[in-house]
Amino acid sequence: MHSFGYRANALLTFAATILAVICAIASFSDTLNSPSPTAQVQVLSINWFQCQPNGNDEVSMTLNISADLQSLFTWNTKQVFVFLAAEYETPANSLNQISLWDGIIPSKEIAKFQIHTSNKYRFVDQGSNLRGKEFNLTLHWHVMPKTGKMFADKLVMSGYHLPKEYR
Amino acid sequence: MDWIGEIPESLKSIKIRRILSQAISFGLIVTSALMIWKALMCWTGSESPVVVVLTGSMEPGFARGDILFLHMNKDPIRAGEIVVYNVEGRDIPIVHRVIKVHEARDTGEDYILTKGDNNDYDDIGLYAKDQLWLQRHHIMGKVIGFLPYVGYGTIIMTDLPIIKYILTGALVLLILTSKD
Repeated sequence: MHSFGYRANALLTFAATILAVICAIASFSDTLNSPSPTAQVQVLSINWFQCQPNGNDEVSMTLNISADLQSLFTWNTKQVFVFLAAEYETPANSLNQISLWDGIIPSKEIAKFQIHTSNKYRFVDQGSNLRGKEFNLTLHWHVMPKTGKMFADKLVMSGYHLPKEYR
Repeated sequence: MDWIGEIPESLKSIKIRRILSQAISFGLIVTSALMIWKALMCWTGSESPVVVVLTGSMEPGFARGDILFLHMNKDPIRAGEIVVYNVEGRDIPIVHRVIKVHEARDTGEDYILTKGDNNDYDDIGLYAKDQLWLQRHHIMGKVIGFLPYVGYGTIIMTDLPIIKYILTGALVLLILTSKD
């Protein structure tokens, strides 16, 4: 009854239970944080804009992204994955989401940033619908906790236009 | 000297009872594990509700040995979500992030492109030959939460199968020799 194996088993079970409860509490504590991030994005220039031989439009642009995501960080935050996506509708597709830039923010100190970049991923449409197209730029963030539930949110910035002609 | 003849008889009946009761408790362990797994499958809607990360392609978010909890529902898949997908001709499912989505207006079908956070290139090279997009039927689930390190045992067992056999043997021995 009180053998070594029995005691070791009881200790291990108890330790695992406590650890699971602490992880659950840590994950729950994230929901008490109500973040208020801010972001601004400017399209500085269209570098080039053309139709590929396969019939898909492709555009390259230079962006200026500034954001303050410091309020997303809590003690249970491992990192914040942030990305900027162009979102628009076309006659064939009710939604197109194209990631243009992304980054991993590992700590609160560098969560307030400004970056000047051309699009990291290719902005290619499924078809040839980009001339004069109005699109939204949406900054999405996905918070990765040290343990527990992940959560995500976004900030939509609208009113961006692509040029009417290829260049 | 007539007690010699009696002992084997009583020993035999005790032995049979013990073996029966051990077989039942062993069966209980196996069936309750199976029940929990199946219940999780129903609850999350994913054919594999818990997966272990096998590669470092999502570092520093997910490392080898982390456990991921999956969820699958009717909601459309959106950019930024981390999905687990299967590609024809590959045995092992892949955990990567969605970077592009095109949703067809007439069918509602999503055409998805994924990429690992720690990889330099998107996943077109990982897909089947001539496959440009993932579709819904490739997706096993979306990642909703994770526990670090817990799955490392699985990785050790895949890397060194001998440990798996030793552990299984020890466990079976323990169950068969336990007194309660």
